[in-house]
Amino acid sequence: SSIPPSLSAGDTSVLAGLYGPAEAKLSKELPDRAALEVLLRPKVGLPGVLERSREQQLRQTCEAVVLGVLHPRTAITLVLQVLSDAGSLLSCCLNAACMGLLDAGLPLSSLFCGVTCALSPDGTITLDPTARQEQEARAVLTFAIDSSEKKVLMATTKGSCSVEEMQQCLVMAQRAADTIFQFYRDALHRRYSKS
Amino acid sequence: TGAAPAGRLLCGPGLRRSGAGLLVTKCGLLRHRPAGPGAYWVDSQQKRYVPVKGDHVLGIVTAKAGDVFKLDVGGSEPASLSYLAFEGATKRNRPNVQVGDLIYGQFLVANKDMEPEMVCIDSSGKSSGMGIIGQDGFLFKVSLGLIRKLLAPKCEIIQELSQLYPFELVLGMNGRIWVKAKTVQQTLIIVNILEASEYMTAEQRRQALAKLSGN
Repeated sequence: SSIPPSLSAGDTSVLAGLYGPAEAKLSKELPDRAALEVLLRPKVGLPGVLERSREQQLRQTCEAVVLGVLHPRTAITLVLQVLSDAGSLLSCCLNAACMGLLDAGLPLSSLFCGVTCALSPDGTITLDPTARQEQEARAVLTFAIDSSEKKVLMATTKGSCSVEEMQQCLVMAQRAADTIFQFYRDALHRRYSKS
Repeated sequence: TGAAPAGRLLCGPGLRRSGAGLLVTKCGLLRHRPAGPGAYWVDSQQKRYVPVKGDHVLGIVTAKAGDVFKLDVGGSEPASLSYLAFEGATKRNRPNVQVGDLIYGQFLVANKDMEPEMVCIDSSGKSSGMGIIGQDGFLFKVSLGLIRKLLAPKCEIIQELSQLYPFELVLGMNGRIWVKAKTVQQTLIIVNILEASEYMTAEQRRQALAKLSGN
């Protein structure tokens, strides 16, 4: 476990706690890899179907990046607690998850970050939309982008948009990813320069 | 690594060979040792321990299963320790180990595929400081980076503390430290200084120690 990093983007804030590699229950252990589990807790109420689907998306993104073959038969648990939600929640969860993985010292093949784009009815693209902008938008797209070749690890869309519009959002998100990776670098630089 | 002289280069923790190049798997400071076989590794800060062969660690006995003790070393599974792996132990002369005892030993077998195995003797059969840790004293956990700092030769923290009170100290690579001083209060003071020295600068530490020795 590690001191949980909490990531806030604007007013959206998520606390990530990472536990592992720890002993896995016999029913859940995998013989060749670590079993990664993600738990997303909303700010109020019990986790519902939406949280479960977000958990699966986060889990698949993290599994693509974590070198689970180095820790077979173990369990890695990532717990995300939503502290406040003012839009772009999934990308905030993705960023918090990545910082949690970095903080805990788990072996990763690359980093990833989350970027949300909102496509308004007149075609303008807004990055990191607020809750209001998400509601008014025609489509909200979230991408998880990896750090080594800016490839897409996960893409999820709410609403409808054309293929060209999705490509445009993707290009903007890849450019924005650089800023986020620089932020990771600065945050860790501060942490390591203290010791 | 383009213009480096030809020779063997070791990949330490945090680096992995992938195809023709190197993959960095952890975040931290890149360190280099030019001497002997040159080595590169990443100094990362972590709290979770992963067993490594040859590491000396502090384990807590959690179960006795026949001829083998199960120890909790802070990793993903308990390590096993045979009762014959103590200095001077034979089938007739068994070591007196109970559940809950503290043991200082080293890993004989530690890889990702097998259960870790510990022993309390070195290759020549001598215990060299390993074995059951006596009564009293205080066990606490710190980050792995602090342990590495304390184990460095001529560590200032330990030298300064030894001028304060006499004490016994056992450092386990799994982040566990056992301290024993003459009184409980002295023990707790040393524990607090060691825990705080992770974040204090050298100057702050000297000030804290000066205040304590002045009392």
